[in-house]
Formats: sequence, C-alpha cells, structure tokens
Amino acid sequence: MRLSPDQLIFWQHGVFKLNGTIAFTWGLMLVLVVGSKLITRKLSTELKRSRWQNLLEIIVTAIEKQIEEVGLPHPEKYLGFLGTLFLFVALAAVCTVIPGYAPPTGSLSTTASLALCVFVAVPMFGIEQQGLGGYLKTYVQPTVIMLPFNFISELSRTLALAVRLFGNMMSGAMIIAILLTITPYVFPLVMTVLGLLTGMVQAYIFTILAAVYIAAATRVRKPKPDSRVAPAPGH
Amino acid sequence: MDSSTLIAVASIATAGLTTGIGCMCPALGEGRAVATALTSLAQQPDASATITRTLFVGLAMIESTAIYCFVVSMILIFANPFWNHVIAGATQAAGK
Repeated sequence: MRLSPDQLIFWQHGVFKLNGTIAFTWGLMLVLVVGSKLITRKLSTELKRSRWQNLLEIIVTAIEKQIEEVGLPHPEKYLGFLGTLFLFVALAAVCTVIPGYAPPTGSLSTTASLALCVFVAVPMFGIEQQGLGGYLKTYVQPTVIMLPFNFISELSRTLALAVRLFGNMMSGAMIIAILLTITPYVFPLVMTVLGLLTGMVQAYIFTILAAVYIAAATRVRKPKPDSRVAPAPGH
Repeated sequence: MDSSTLIAVASIATAGLTTGIGCMCPALGEGRAVATALTSLAQQPDASATITRTLFVGLAMIESTAIYCFVVSMILIFANPFWNHVIAGATQAAGK
C-alpha cells in the first residue's frame, strides 16, 4: 500500500532518488511556468483579447480581491507569494484526473516545505512593513508573559498547515486506492470527485490562512485618538 | 498471549478507536458551526461572502483535528514501527 508518492521511485543512483514527488512537482512547475509564459507573450489592453489571457486575468483578479478582503491593503505586494501557493496546490489537486498521477502534496515533504515557506514569509512581510523592532514588539503583546505562547503558536500553526494539507490529500488518494480493491467502477469515481472538491477547498484554505497570518503580522496598530480634541458636534 | 499478538491487537484496536472518536467530535463541532452560519446568513444575506469565507476557514480548522486522528490511524495500520520491528525479528528468526 503506497502511502505517498515518495515511495514511487523512477530512478535511483546511490543516495540520489528521483521519486514520484519530485517528478510530479517538476511537472507541475513546468506546466505553470510554460503555460503562463506562452499566454502572456502578447498581452493586449483593448477589449479584444485572447481567451487564455481572459482566463488568467479572471484568476489573478479573483485572488487579488480575496487577499484584499482578508485585510491586506496592498494586495499586489503579496500576490506573487499567495497566488503561487494557491495555483500550485490547486493544480496539484486538479491533475488527479490524469491517470498514473499522484498529487505531490500527498507527501509530507511537500506540504512541510510549503508550510516552512509561510513560516519564513510571515516575519519577512512583517519586518518589511513595521521594521524589525516593531515586528518583534508584537511578540510581547499584550504582556511579556505571552512571549513563549506567541512563539509556540507560530510553530504550531505552521505544523497544522502542513499536516492539514498532507492529511487531506493523502486521505483522498488512499480512499480511492482502497475502494478500487473493493468496489471498482462507480464508487471510486464518486470518491475521486469528492477528492477534487476537497483538494480545491484545501488550496483555498491554505492560501487564506497564509494571508490571515501575514495580515496579523503586518497590521499597523492605529495610534490612540487624541483626548484633547473636542468630539464632533452631534447632529 | 505473546508480545507480537499483543502489539497487533493493541494497534488494530487503537486505530479503530482513534478513527471512531476522532471523527465523531469534529463532526459535532462542524454541525454547530454550519448551523450558526446558516442562521446568520438568514439574518444578513448581504454579508454572505464574508460569512461563507469565515465558515470555510473555521470548518478547515475543525477538520484538521479529524485529520490528525486519521493520520495516527494510518500510521498504526500501515507504518507501524512496533509491528515492523516484530516482522523484522520474525524474518531474522526464520532466516537463521
């Protein structure tokens, strides 16, 4: 019973292994990069534009709007990171329809590395927005006693991100594999559709959680209103 | 009952119990979350985008506890280190 694409080895030379996770990840990267490069070769700003450009614009503006709704005021700064996260995880889930493919996010290595990217990106965006001192001060809010708890919560939510995505993708693949040995033809098909749905939902959840963590780190605390200023006259 | 049988029984029983309890309680929590979300949707339909998004994020967080239990069950059934140790010992004893 294959638990993850890590155990599907295509080529091995001593210590170096080309397993399914690496091969499928590079395949996804190829599709995303080459596809985007081909579509954005001749961009047009008039009303007449190609269908593929329209598709990409729909996707990009939808992601931008979601990032803004979460509470990040300049979404274009975070669009590269969060958009790539969403597109990679979503494409990894959608490609399950291709026979012989196993989603690379069904391996704990992939999801752990994605979660580590978020773990590194949150302080980066926070320091870029608030400066090093301002960002470090958020760890001792509201009191200094909260310092270890804030730190532990950072670590645990990174772990939760990794295990959530891994568990969802692995369970989808495993349910299909188990059902194929019991009742072929109809029921595994239904479970594959369910797997597609949960894959897309998990991609969205991963991105939105990353955006929420970044928003919490980059939130500029508003200064308290001056008490000497007289309040506005009532209507 | 020798130790290998004990390991097998404990692994299988714990795996079943983990999945059983681990799927019941998050399901109860998710049911309550969806019920409250439906009530607030009925009261304020124009905030449906925010409510739906928050509902999905909350459901994912609740679901992750169920996923933790599922992963532990899978480890107990398919990647059980104690069972692998027993199997390695039995293979060695049979090979001698």
